[in-house]
Amino acid sequence: MLDPAPATPQTSHPLLQTVGLTKRYGDFLANDSIDIEIFPREIHALLGENGAGKSTLVKTIYGLVQPSAGELRWQGAPIKLSGPAEARSLGIGMVFQHFSLFDNLTVAENVALGLDGKEPFKAISARLADVARDYGLPLDPSREVWQLSVGERQRIEIVRALMQNPKFLILDEPTAVLTPQEADQLFVVLERLKAEGRAILYISHKLDEVKRLCDTATILRGGKKVATCNPKRETAASLARMMVGTEIKEVKPPAERRTTVPRLVVNDLNLAPSELHGISLRNISFELKGGEILGIAGVAGNGQDELFAALSGERLVKEPGTIIIDGLACGHLSITQRRKMGAAFVPEERLGHGTAPRMRLSENALLTGHAAGDMVRHGFINAAATLRTVDLTTETFDVRKAKRDPEAASLSGGNLQKFVVGREILRGPAVLVVNQPTWGVDAGAAAIIRQALIDLASAGAAVLVTSQDLDELIEIADRIAVMFHGHLSEALPRADATREKLGLLMGGATLEKEAAHAIGA
Amino acid sequence: MQLVLEKRAERSRTIALVSPLIAIGLTLVTMSVLFAVLGKNPITALGVYFIAPLTDGYSLQEIAVKATPLVMIAIGLSLCYLANAWNIGAEGQFLIGAVAGSWIAVKTQGTEAGHWVLPAMLVAGAAAGALYALIPALCRVKFGASEILTSLMLVYVADLLLDYLVRGPWRDPAGFNFPTTAEFDPVATVPVLIEGGRLHLGSIIALVVVAAAFVLLDRTIKGFEIRVVGVAPRAARFGGFNANQLILLTFAVSGALAGLAGIIEVAGPIGHLQPGISPGYGFTAIIVAFLGRLNPVGILIAGLFLALTFIGGEQAQITMKIPLDVTKVFQGILLFYVLACDSLILYRFKLVSAAPQVQRAAR
Repeated sequence: MLDPAPATPQTSHPLLQTVGLTKRYGDFLANDSIDIEIFPREIHALLGENGAGKSTLVKTIYGLVQPSAGELRWQGAPIKLSGPAEARSLGIGMVFQHFSLFDNLTVAENVALGLDGKEPFKAISARLADVARDYGLPLDPSREVWQLSVGERQRIEIVRALMQNPKFLILDEPTAVLTPQEADQLFVVLERLKAEGRAILYISHKLDEVKRLCDTATILRGGKKVATCNPKRETAASLARMMVGTEIKEVKPPAERRTTVPRLVVNDLNLAPSELHGISLRNISFELKGGEILGIAGVAGNGQDELFAALSGERLVKEPGTIIIDGLACGHLSITQRRKMGAAFVPEERLGHGTAPRMRLSENALLTGHAAGDMVRHGFINAAATLRTVDLTTETFDVRKAKRDPEAASLSGGNLQKFVVGREILRGPAVLVVNQPTWGVDAGAAAIIRQALIDLASAGAAVLVTSQDLDELIEIADRIAVMFHGHLSEALPRADATREKLGLLMGGATLEKEAAHAIGA
Repeated sequence: MQLVLEKRAERSRTIALVSPLIAIGLTLVTMSVLFAVLGKNPITALGVYFIAPLTDGYSLQEIAVKATPLVMIAIGLSLCYLANAWNIGAEGQFLIGAVAGSWIAVKTQGTEAGHWVLPAMLVAGAAAGALYALIPALCRVKFGASEILTSLMLVYVADLLLDYLVRGPWRDPAGFNFPTTAEFDPVATVPVLIEGGRLHLGSIIALVVVAAAFVLLDRTIKGFEIRVVGVAPRAARFGGFNANQLILLTFAVSGALAGLAGIIEVAGPIGHLQPGISPGYGFTAIIVAFLGRLNPVGILIAGLFLALTFIGGEQAQITMKIPLDVTKVFQGILLFYVLACDSLILYRFKLVSAAPQVQRAAR
């Protein structure tokens, strides 16, 4: 369509090239002299752990970040981008991981706001419908965004980028928010774009996807380019090795665990949203026994945060019996009282929710430890006890930090997460509710955290893990349920919980054998 | 070469201590320029402002007397500000405390009432200040009204109430129609510490307040709650701390301290209730709180320093004919510099060298 198909991409000229691209933030090198070539008709993967420099690199290519050194070449000629508008005018488009959409505006209005130029609104709407239909990305231009699913919202972003007819499209972790089936649909669109002669830079850390979809992969580690390879010729293990630098410790499969009595019971939990366009929790019921890990899968924004708030007691429910911890009705009790009953909680957001970023670790140990234990006596803080928790957590969970008691914000994501999870596990909780335990965490830390969750369950605790990472849940959970629009599906035993079945549930389908429950719900 | 402001990984403790000193230094430089513009010799003027008051006993006592209400009020305000509750109305709480305490003094005037009068006055002053501060706090918690506006507006209500009382019902019949109550009885007066001096028991109370605040913030779970709610509200909720409860608590405590300062001022150095009992203590205390880094010990030092500017300002007015308003200008400039220097706690200046390989420096 654009230019004749070359036999292999490498024989044509690169569409975009970075030469010695470097970005420095103070003493920190986010990108260290990166050379990368991206050809037309190529899906190029950018692989790396969190903090490897992927985001900085693509932001530089999209004109959001100015490089400290090195240069960008577009079709062979050096360019300097003053901003994203200039990148777009060259034909560079980007779909961000976090959408920038206005909830109260329609699809067409959102797209119109994101377009440069003076096209009349009616023309935009018409063209939007055309592009959407053409690429098999069904979208109703007149619907308001708040009514749409996350997958549909992503479609808006993709269509918005496509309406500018980009030669080069950057996608930042596009499948992170999709069900497996939605991801498959996206891949069809991406193959189509590739066939049209466009180049795609595809950021991901999901190795299977990259192997399946991408022609080339560039791997970043610690801001440096480690390798460029053909992912189809690599194994997932060899790619992971290049990403992480060392072998990743395998999580030991859960040993024979005996389940005991129910320790966390939720009976018909209903909760109205606390904010506009929030998700209502509807008729959520489940029972979690000691020695068991229950996984809750689902696309973000389907009520997981609301469920966490209700379980933790950050939001109270009227009927005490709705939530029962270790046999005691506690729906009306505060988070502190629930902690005293032996419950522990780890929220999704480490900084600002799980910890006060500008406070020391010992103070953050006190944040959740004051309820029980010896940290507070007659209203006075036992500073030695808080430091003891820090030391013990550091030792047990290998928390790396510059000094004994630094501020929470100075730790890396993985180390802070180990602290936040470790702080709760060391209290020996009867029930642990954890949201996104390894979100944005390096592979080494993720393995330690998952192992700790398994060990905690083996020791007799009931563990509830909410995660968007299906692989994680399949690895550690005994049963997996799916949240969709505030409903929770029946939990599937691990042996039964295939990616396909879970994917269908994540998209709102009801499995046949569960139809009765779904209708009842 | 380019100068960039760069975020620090961790807040700098050194700068946190040094920043007020930098601010004071910059203020002195600015003031020198101002004095020069006014046609005064900056060195002499600064000497009169900051050195002369430290050289004689009377002025030293006077500094302590002026610092007493400033420190007491600022300690209370610092609790509010740490908890992200913005009490701007300490001046009003100060006046209400003075009025409530004076009510007992006026009612017992000339009676046989014994030594219970002064303690009762102090309790009444503190209680009235606390209740008066709870008005904006409750409006914030119940209706979401901005406590900044409501607390500030209540200052004028208190001011006019005091004015009405001393011109009307409580006016001293033998006072030649001056708007003032009669001199309080000895049992209704805060005792002086040195015979014939001005230093009074209130200064000891202020020191106790400083010590108590230090223990509260540094050693107790309640103090921890106050600090967490201010810096990370979501984490505080996760910790199980109730932000609204803490707003009410910190407002009540700061109102009580302001009210206590008010009645001590009236029953101490002034000796009777009259309009203009405060040269803006409630507002100057805001500067004291920030200059003192919202830290009790820092506030004590900052309170003494600002008291010095009041005394120095009076002397400069007398000896050099420098308008008293220059003192307020000085305090305003100081607050400005303190807030500006605070950015250095979380940020640092860095020279980015334009080395050859750098084509575009960070913006």
